Amino acid sequence: MIRRLAVVALLAFMTLPTVVVVAVSFNPTAILSFPPGGFSLRWYANVLTYPQFQRAAVNSLVVTGGAVALALPIGTLAALALERGRLRGRNVWAALLLSPLVVPGVAAGLGFLILAAALGLLRSRSVLIAAHVTLVLPFVVRSVWVSVRNLDPALERAAASLGATPWRAFRRVTLPLLRPGLFAGLLFAVVVSLNEFVVSLFISNRVTEILPVAMFTYVVNYTDPTIAALSSLFIVATFLVVWLADRYLDLGRVFLQH
Amino acid sequence: MKLLLAPAVVVLAVFAAALAALFRWSLLEFIPGSLQTGGLTLANFRGVLAPQYLDAVWDTVVLSALTTALTLAGAYPVAYALARTPSRRVRSTLLVLTIAPFFTGAIVRTYAWVLVLGNTVLTWPVPMLFTERGVLVGLVHFSMPTMILILAAALSHIDPVYERAAASLGARPARVFWRVTLPLSMPGIVSGSLIVFAWTLSAFPTPEMLGGGKVKMIANVVRDLGLDSFNWPGAAAFAMLALALTLALLAGLGRLAGGRAA
Repeated sequence: MIRRLAVVALLAFMTLPTVVVVAVSFNPTAILSFPPGGFSLRWYANVLTYPQFQRAAVNSLVVTGGAVALALPIGTLAALALERGRLRGRNVWAALLLSPLVVPGVAAGLGFLILAAALGLLRSRSVLIAAHVTLVLPFVVRSVWVSVRNLDPALERAAASLGATPWRAFRRVTLPLLRPGLFAGLLFAVVVSLNEFVVSLFISNRVTEILPVAMFTYVVNYTDPTIAALSSLFIVATFLVVWLADRYLDLGRVFLQH
Repeated sequence: MKLLLAPAVVVLAVFAAALAALFRWSLLEFIPGSLQTGGLTLANFRGVLAPQYLDAVWDTVVLSALTTALTLAGAYPVAYALARTPSRRVRSTLLVLTIAPFFTGAIVRTYAWVLVLGNTVLTWPVPMLFTERGVLVGLVHFSMPTMILILAAALSHIDPVYERAAASLGARPARVFWRVTLPLSMPGIVSGSLIVFAWTLSAFPTPEMLGGGKVKMIANVVRDLGLDSFNWPGAAAFAMLALALTLALLAGLGRLAGGRAA
């Protein structure tokens, strides 16, 4: 009984901010009140018409699209090499590939800032794309690696013995079998990149900044519920993605069994 | 087959170049009012010892320790429920509710706490926003999904047969927990605590937005020095400090894990 109470209390603690943000986003006035005194969609209209958010949304799409398009094939090849390559020092390679995960965001951010300044690339989105590739690559490698490990090499040998060229066997047998890992890797990469903030703050300016950075700037300067509206859109999208992932991937299996 | 690794190695090289640049600048002399730098020096690392910065380092360590303890206490019952519930529906609900904040970005999550901790929504008996208390609440919320997942993974490896055996031998539920479940879940507790502690040491958006400039952790000092004062060498020294602390903790974790495997 006490145990169940503790679980419920913690779930309330975890979801309270989400509930408040969504409620506040419908607040009719710029002065926040809770519970809201009425219902209004004006902050959602504000999100969609604020020019800086429009620009940042385009930047987010370009940066995340570019970074994921690069990281997905690079990470998949790396995962194949890790499992199949008979590499010397495989554990070292694996640790190196996952290492960007443990580097503090401000250290990576400042490092990329100094590097970009030295190369004269500070006004370009390419720095953001390069940084995002390094940050999402560990998620792709890890997700795909799990699928490669579960893949029975006999199936590829069977394809080869039936006359398939290596490329055809890869395309028709290996890739389809890797689909769950590829999908999970894609999901992680998109979510991580879309929400990346710390590193991006260091290497972007008003022209190149992505949505989380633009939201941060807005929160610092204005107090109206516009960010609550934009946050609500993010939250709904995230819950949908996580719920779908749980339905089709059974997250319990992904997370609880290693 | 080894060639497949080549593109990833290029990515790693870019990352290494960024960290190398950071390291080099942490050793360059800062010339105020200029992005030019002087010769090699250790002055930036001595700067870390200045009283106001030492305060930030101390606050960071204290906040990280408190965050770890509170997160552990809060996460354990949920992780236990996750690992032991027979119902897939309960497990899915728990997972989605606890993991979703993991996927909502730092800004969304932290802004939500600005609303909750500011007196606009609830009235608090003591000031919360822009205090260390408020930052602590945000940090605990931020670390919770990680801790829950690590503990749940550890707990799901414990065969319930042990607990049933203890109970059938007459141990009361509390005794079963303290003498059987808790010791068996120790690996999860240790690795979860180390990872949460290491992450909190370099936390940035939470103290930045919930601290409102009044609470400074190491990462906030890096931002202030680097982006406000354009003191990149000083900022780089602090960033190196954060990196070194994190790596030292994770190396400790690696040794513990290695020791268990051996």
